Amino acid sequence: MEAWLRLVTLQDANTRVVLLGTMVLGVACGVVGVLAGLRRRALAGDAVAHAALPGVCVAYFAFGDGHFGTLLLGALAVGLLAAAGISAARAVPRVKEDAVTAIAIGGFFGAGLVLSRMAQDRPGGHRAGLDGFIFGKAASMVASDAWTILAVAAVVVFVVAVLRKEFTLLCFDQSFAVGLGWPVRWLDQLLMLLVCLCVVAGLPAVGVVLVVALLVIPAAAARFWTHRIRTMLVVAAFLGAISALVGTAVSAILPAPAATGARGWPTGPLVVLVAATLFTVSLLAAPDRGLVARAVRAWGMRRRVALQHLLRDVYERLEAAGDLGAAWTPLSLSRKRVDGVVVARARAAGLVQRDAEGWRLTDRGQAEARRVVRAHRLWELWLIEHADIAPDHVDRDADELEHVLPPSVLAALEARLRQGAATMPASPHPIMPAAPGPGLAP
Amino acid sequence: MSTDATPADPVSMEVHDLTVAYQRRPVLWDVDVSLPTGQLIAIVGPNGAGKSTLLRAALGLVPLASGHVRLFGKPLAQVRDRVGYVPQRESVDWDFPVDALDVVLMGRSGRLGWIRRPGRADRELAMTCLEQVGMSALARRQIGQLSGGQQQRVFLARALAQQADLYLMDEPFAGVDAATERSIVDVLHQLRTQGRTVIAVHHDLQTVRSYFDHVVLLNMRLVAAGPVDRVFTPENLRRTYGGRLTVLDQVAEAVRRGPEP
Repeated sequence: MEAWLRLVTLQDANTRVVLLGTMVLGVACGVVGVLAGLRRRALAGDAVAHAALPGVCVAYFAFGDGHFGTLLLGALAVGLLAAAGISAARAVPRVKEDAVTAIAIGGFFGAGLVLSRMAQDRPGGHRAGLDGFIFGKAASMVASDAWTILAVAAVVVFVVAVLRKEFTLLCFDQSFAVGLGWPVRWLDQLLMLLVCLCVVAGLPAVGVVLVVALLVIPAAAARFWTHRIRTMLVVAAFLGAISALVGTAVSAILPAPAATGARGWPTGPLVVLVAATLFTVSLLAAPDRGLVARAVRAWGMRRRVALQHLLRDVYERLEAAGDLGAAWTPLSLSRKRVDGVVVARARAAGLVQRDAEGWRLTDRGQAEARRVVRAHRLWELWLIEHADIAPDHVDRDADELEHVLPPSVLAALEARLRQGAATMPASPHPIMPAAPGPGLAP
Repeated sequence: MSTDATPADPVSMEVHDLTVAYQRRPVLWDVDVSLPTGQLIAIVGPNGAGKSTLLRAALGLVPLASGHVRLFGKPLAQVRDRVGYVPQRESVDWDFPVDALDVVLMGRSGRLGWIRRPGRADRELAMTCLEQVGMSALARRQIGQLSGGQQQRVFLARALAQQADLYLMDEPFAGVDAATERSIVDVLHQLRTQGRTVIAVHHDLQTVRSYFDHVVLLNMRLVAAGPVDRVFTPENLRRTYGGRLTVLDQVAEAVRRGPEP
């Protein structure tokens, strides 16, 4: 409770710094991640991150002071080198891009582990916090680190905002951009530079292994909520910031388990976990593109189709007798998937009713059945006349589309087939007899 | 810049001694051809004949092993604003988060230059271009929700928004529905009326005569080039497609139909 209070009132100067730093990092990574993802360079970002580890070590060897800024500059230099190497290798024939990226990730990380071990063994070398770069140590962030991240993020967001038109064109259609004379190669390098800046700024907080998650996850989640790149950039920035805030807050509040001593919960992994949760929520719950929305749409469609099949079956049973109000039994309709559940639903919808003689269409049910059958037959006629589909095949083909025909299309069909709005065309194929049993209810 | 600025360049595209190779395997050999202005020009040839490569070479999208391409008598860099491009539809990711109008506005980016965003005039022009291809009602539709033919029309509208004098189109009729095909033909005729030039890779021999004025027959080497009624002959088609049995029927059919009335 006390921890909560301290957090929400931002009493603790250190917490303030860490929250600010990680949040701003989340924004920058979210924004750049959108472009990197659309350009399919997200994994190149991972390679850059892993290349940062040997970069840190080399800087440590070269300058020996373990000063934070120096180490990060080393990370940036080797990271850029890796990015340039990958884009050069991409141009070599018969070299697959994913293989190049995987080689870079593994190779640089291996080199980094070896070098950091050598650094630790160096006489007088304090452990230099090199391990901190592997998994990140957000809790040890100090004010100057946060300001560095803020400055980097400001530059990154500014560049993306100013060059959004150019980056969008680059990501969507590179050939067209080249044709217009845009310096595509330079834009590409600039984008990789932005990725490098974000990765290096994120190293101290989340480490080389996890920083790619901050690039990839908010952008991937944002795609579910919008199909406009402008909105997507904002949503990704927002999701990145929320992940960072919540993850950092949780790591500050949770009481440290005894085994970890005073070190507490690791911030980076918690931030990434929150981001992954947000992604899962987006995947499931986003309107329109989310899985739940899709399932609901498919389910609603199936229900509508089943109901329409029922009405059409009844109509075609009763059509010959000329009395749509006659009684029938569901058993007599077994030509299609007509089961009790569908009949019950039709009853609930006021389309059918039951009396002593069996089931009957209500007035509304008759009107609806007429509409459904009409759509089906118009569509069948159109298929036969204009799409050269044989009459004995047309029933099934018509089935697949008629349920989604909008009124405007039906009107067009009427016009083309010269059918009056009130007439019911005859079925162009024999209507199959019902399954054994009494045709109509007694 | 605009069509009437330079009244008569007799030659829209001049290809001189062009050789293009992918990984040392040549796809175009010593191609020499001059194409007129103000006409609809088809590039015809079998698969792998280097038809698309010829367009891509003209746009500087592939490195040239030798030779050069001049547009309106100048190197590409000096006339970029006068050249519009319609790439193959499959060349981009249609799930990209932009709508049809955004794509058409990309056609303005060459004129806009760095940083500047499209303004109201650009938007109006883009809408006019969408109108021309019958797509203005779907301007705000995400491009992934468009049918293949509609996507092709969006690409065409984007090229129109470039307000170019020469349009290079890579298989604009590939896999489109009848409505789209009609719409594209209308646009081509409008462009010709305005004195603009269209060079299109075309794969359907049946329609070459009715859609195009001028034809380039290509099979790694230049087989023939010239006005359709003179060059699009059985003999030249046989030389272009020689030995490729699958297309012989198509060739025979095209020849049988002869010149359009």
